[in-house]
Amino acid sequence: MDDVQAMHIANGIINGPVSAIFIAIAMAGLAVCVWRAKLDLDDRLAPMAGLVAAFIFAVQMLNFQVLPGVSGHLLGGTLAVILVGPWVGALCVSTVLIVQALVFADGGLTALGLNITNMALIGTAAAYLLVALLLRVLPRSSRGLGATALIASVIGVVVAAMGFVAEFALGGTADLSITAVAATMAGTHTLIGIGEGLIAATTVVTVAKVRPDLVYALRAFRAPIRAKAAVA
Amino acid sequence: MEPLYLARESRVHRLSPEVKIAAVLLFTIVVVVTPREDLTAFAGYTLLIALVAGLARVPAGWLLKRATIELPFVLLAVVLPFTGHGERVDWLGLSLSVDGLYGAWNIFAKGTLGVLASLLLAATTSMRDLILGLDRLRCPTVITQIMTFMLRYIDVLIDDARRMRIARLSRGYDPRFLWQVKAFAVGVGALFLRSYERGERVYLAMLSRGYSGRMPSGSGSKAPAAEWVVSSALPVAAAGIAVAAAVLA
Repeated sequence: MDDVQAMHIANGIINGPVSAIFIAIAMAGLAVCVWRAKLDLDDRLAPMAGLVAAFIFAVQMLNFQVLPGVSGHLLGGTLAVILVGPWVGALCVSTVLIVQALVFADGGLTALGLNITNMALIGTAAAYLLVALLLRVLPRSSRGLGATALIASVIGVVVAAMGFVAEFALGGTADLSITAVAATMAGTHTLIGIGEGLIAATTVVTVAKVRPDLVYALRAFRAPIRAKAAVA
Repeated sequence: MEPLYLARESRVHRLSPEVKIAAVLLFTIVVVVTPREDLTAFAGYTLLIALVAGLARVPAGWLLKRATIELPFVLLAVVLPFTGHGERVDWLGLSLSVDGLYGAWNIFAKGTLGVLASLLLAATTSMRDLILGLDRLRCPTVITQIMTFMLRYIDVLIDDARRMRIARLSRGYDPRFLWQVKAFAVGVGALFLRSYERGERVYLAMLSRGYSGRMPSGSGSKAPAAEWVVSSALPVAAAGIAVAAAVLA
């Protein structure tokens, strides 16, 4: 595993004050997640959270160099949201980012607030809202679940990428046009989102078929049917 | 899994993990807030990193090879001198923006120093110790718990992926090049489930042996005050360099 080539925001890309603000935002967001995750985390979810984090870790090593200077990679937020829920899911993604910063020197330590805000908070929040909506709207089948994972992945990844664009507009140290940065980020991440969506959809559908009890989103949004069946 | 850990006998290796994490974090903050024009300060930081690397007996080649991880982001810096505005200088027949040059330098210098500092931390601290250090720095147990499981599961995932590949090969499935991806894509869900169920059994075994969400800390105790003093030398020296450079300029 020597040539890991994932790369998050490094130190110095975004200036000090803006980095500091986002560290505060990330800390506040994580505090809420830790508080809510404690309510969610039971004997089934704890090992699942670890596996989801490991999976995301592995998946984030796939890195796409689409344009010079802008590389993107899979984020894994949607997979986390569907399997372990929004709070534990955001913590899984954050954990991956912290380990990558400390152990792989991937992503600057002072940029950790920015990276966590984009990928763990904004990305998973967008994905969770979409999952919550789509699971209610789409048919209650494995196809519906797969489509949910795919759509939520694409949009979640692009929204997370826009987080970077917003931060760059606020405190970018480089003198590049914001529209150009936004266009490259959006283009790259739409493609990445599709790739990520396909991986998330296959994984989630397989797990839902074999062990539906492990899928948090099904417990949260499709439980009524199982309850009725139990009564009957 | 210990991807970047370099097992050596050195003073830096023997320091407690929490003091090393704190030192690297503070050092990085000092580097990031340094104004980009203070070239002498950045030279001083590089010297400090070299000193610590020497103390930790981490070879320069090892560090530089792994520092290439930041290349994708540094490439962003290359275009800045050409696209920047304001005053321009001529260099080898190219017209470069002074502001853009400083911008590129800013990203390159701060990015590289941050990566080198993190690499030194990873080289001198094992993964288990890092989690222990985070735990002692009052990182929430939920996070250290997910981290512990994650590190275990990465090996489980890799091993299960290898087993599934061997199973495919032994059944005569031997596609070339990119066509291997198809089998992997079809098998990714199965891989996830197999790893989960393997890990679930281990987790239940841990629970029945008294696991309560925190790993036993073993023989090591909290860092003594002396270690905090020793490791604070790095950020304090960096801050001294920053102030000195600011005063001189």
